[in-house]
Amino acid sequence: MIAMSTMLNGVLLGGLYALYGLGLSLTFGIMRTVNLAHGDIIVLATYLALITTQVLGLTPLMSLAVLVPVMFCIGYGLQRLILNRTLKDGMMPAVIITFGLSFVIQNGLLLGFSADRQVLRQGAIETMGVTLAPGVTIGVFPILTLAVLLVMIFALQAFMGRTLLGRAFRATSDDPATAELMGIDGKRIYGLAMGLSFAIIAVTGVVMGIRSNFSPFDGPARLIFAFEVIIIGGMGSIYGVLAGGLILGIAQTIGGAINPTFFQLAGHLVTLGILVVRPSGLFPETIERD
Amino acid sequence: MTKLTMNRRHLIKSTAAATLFAPSIVSARRAHAAGGTLRVGYVSPRSGALSQISESDGFVIDAVRDTLGGKLETAAGALNIEIIEKDTQSDPNRAGDMASDLIYQDEVDLVLVGSTPDTTNPVADLCELNGVPCLSAATPWQSWYFGRGGAPMEKSFTYTNHFFWGSEDLLAVYFGLWAGLETNKVVGALWPNDPDGIAFADPNLGFPPALSEAGYTLVDPGRYQNLKDDFSAEINAFKSAGVEIVTGVMLPPDLATFMTQAKQMGYTPKFVTVAKAALTPKGVESFPDGLGENLSGEYYWGPQYPYVSSLTGQSTEMLCAAYMEGTGNQWLQGTGYVHALFEVAVDLLKRTEDVTPEAVVAAMNATDLNTCVGHIKWGDFALAPNVAKTPVAGGQWQSDGEGGFKLVCTFNDVAPDILTNGTLEPKVW
Repeated sequence: MIAMSTMLNGVLLGGLYALYGLGLSLTFGIMRTVNLAHGDIIVLATYLALITTQVLGLTPLMSLAVLVPVMFCIGYGLQRLILNRTLKDGMMPAVIITFGLSFVIQNGLLLGFSADRQVLRQGAIETMGVTLAPGVTIGVFPILTLAVLLVMIFALQAFMGRTLLGRAFRATSDDPATAELMGIDGKRIYGLAMGLSFAIIAVTGVVMGIRSNFSPFDGPARLIFAFEVIIIGGMGSIYGVLAGGLILGIAQTIGGAINPTFFQLAGHLVTLGILVVRPSGLFPETIERD
Repeated sequence: MTKLTMNRRHLIKSTAAATLFAPSIVSARRAHAAGGTLRVGYVSPRSGALSQISESDGFVIDAVRDTLGGKLETAAGALNIEIIEKDTQSDPNRAGDMASDLIYQDEVDLVLVGSTPDTTNPVADLCELNGVPCLSAATPWQSWYFGRGGAPMEKSFTYTNHFFWGSEDLLAVYFGLWAGLETNKVVGALWPNDPDGIAFADPNLGFPPALSEAGYTLVDPGRYQNLKDDFSAEINAFKSAGVEIVTGVMLPPDLATFMTQAKQMGYTPKFVTVAKAALTPKGVESFPDGLGENLSGEYYWGPQYPYVSSLTGQSTEMLCAAYMEGTGNQWLQGTGYVHALFEVAVDLLKRTEDVTPEAVVAAMNATDLNTCVGHIKWGDFALAPNVAKTPVAGGQWQSDGEGGFKLVCTFNDVAPDILTNGTLEPKVW
């Protein structure tokens, strides 16, 4: 029974990690730059959800109706007004800007909200559990998290594979210069990709805020798992995010069941192992740029 | 003059050199309070991850400034007094930088420091090295004393003194709390892989020997990494061993994750007694679904302390009330210790016969003062003469009936002076 419980909790944990990684995978795959503020932007989204729930009296999940478009605009604006200006200088300036942004977000949130821990209140569902078999009880909210993730992954896959805009995304990822020759405005694509990533982060932030409590400095701890998910799954692959999350989550819970000391170590070892065996991850979909 | 442009690297080099050649620098410091002004530095984590416990610092220090009015009548004559505040941003390295600033730039006569080993230890170390008197509090004395290389009967400190309680008091409080309800005496431990967790789990000096001596069975799944999103392994281990008492020293988000998942998985122990994670009312409110209710732990200052401030004459109740009125926030346990630091500082500076480090240290060592946290006198604690022990009781965060929580003192056998104002209840799930 404990083995089954461990596996199930690993899968559910993997769902959360994949959610952390999904927004990052999108921008990493298309822009090929690392957003070091990814974790802090998740926390920013959680605080924006907190404001929305307090001002409009909505539940956290309902606040997404407001939050997703707002976050999309913030992401689009960030890319077009700031990050796009540095494109001609290679990837380093953008990385450094996001590094700085991470400090700006942390200390801005500290000024606005103090270091008090906050929580998003969704009601009894936060701690509800269902018994699947005698001795195997798991949380309702983690199941919901996994379901939300699956819906987003399938929707994103369909968008990338079947729509004109999705094709433009992939074309820009593979070869921005040629894509521009075909009439695709690369800067606009980058803006839209960052906006989409921020919209996904909005969902991630709300889920994180309901699961646990949060403070302005919780971002960097999320970034590392988001990275590992992408490293395992492969750059630019949406299904790879799912695989990466599940592998990381299950590795951690199995490691933790042996001894809690091995919990994160097991996840890191799997990540390192994949880097050694398949440096580009399990399901890489991007091609190497020159 | 080669250093006309003082950049960061130069600064680091020069401070490193200054640290190495501290004695020569010390002699170059001003010998007397320049212009008849005493300077007192105060270092605490005002921003960053630890800032919650320092929330009341600004209020307390402003009140102290108002009380003093910038002047102090000392045994060395009437002097002006200036308080210089420094923020560590919750970073131990920056805490050391702030201490250097106070010592070399502000040339303070006394450094005060509080809140966690990450703040007190780097500051106290630099003060000891540079021969500047330093007074610290709000860190368990073992972390402050052993953490800085102190050894009973062998190595002690000259310029740095400390007041607080220690892990032996914490254990006595925990055992007292747990004896308040009928349990099977099986204890589950959540000790992380950080200095606090390792110290608590130490097989010789930590909780395990004390627990077995007191007749408790310990279930210790092992050191976990801070900030993790899954505690299913620990919960399964506790469930199968029938653990009814959960203890630990945890970060707030980890305790939130643990309790949420425990409830989801149908695990509801009678006690959750965790250090560090539940120190402030706002922190307790921020657990999902009201899970902060009836968390138990230490009660290390509050209106149940029957003491009076030597500085303002206010009772602990009045200090709490003034803070709540001034800020609209609930009182914090840390408020008392910040106030007490300034009580002792003012008292010893009044008695100092000269404004030299030696005279200030002599006055500090001769302290015999009733403060709002209890009686403070150094030298009585044989194991570590630089440490004065202050009393601690046990308590529980009970619902205040309005959606918030209040810290109720339920156990005072260790320090009978402190008044109880409630009875212990099982953890609510």
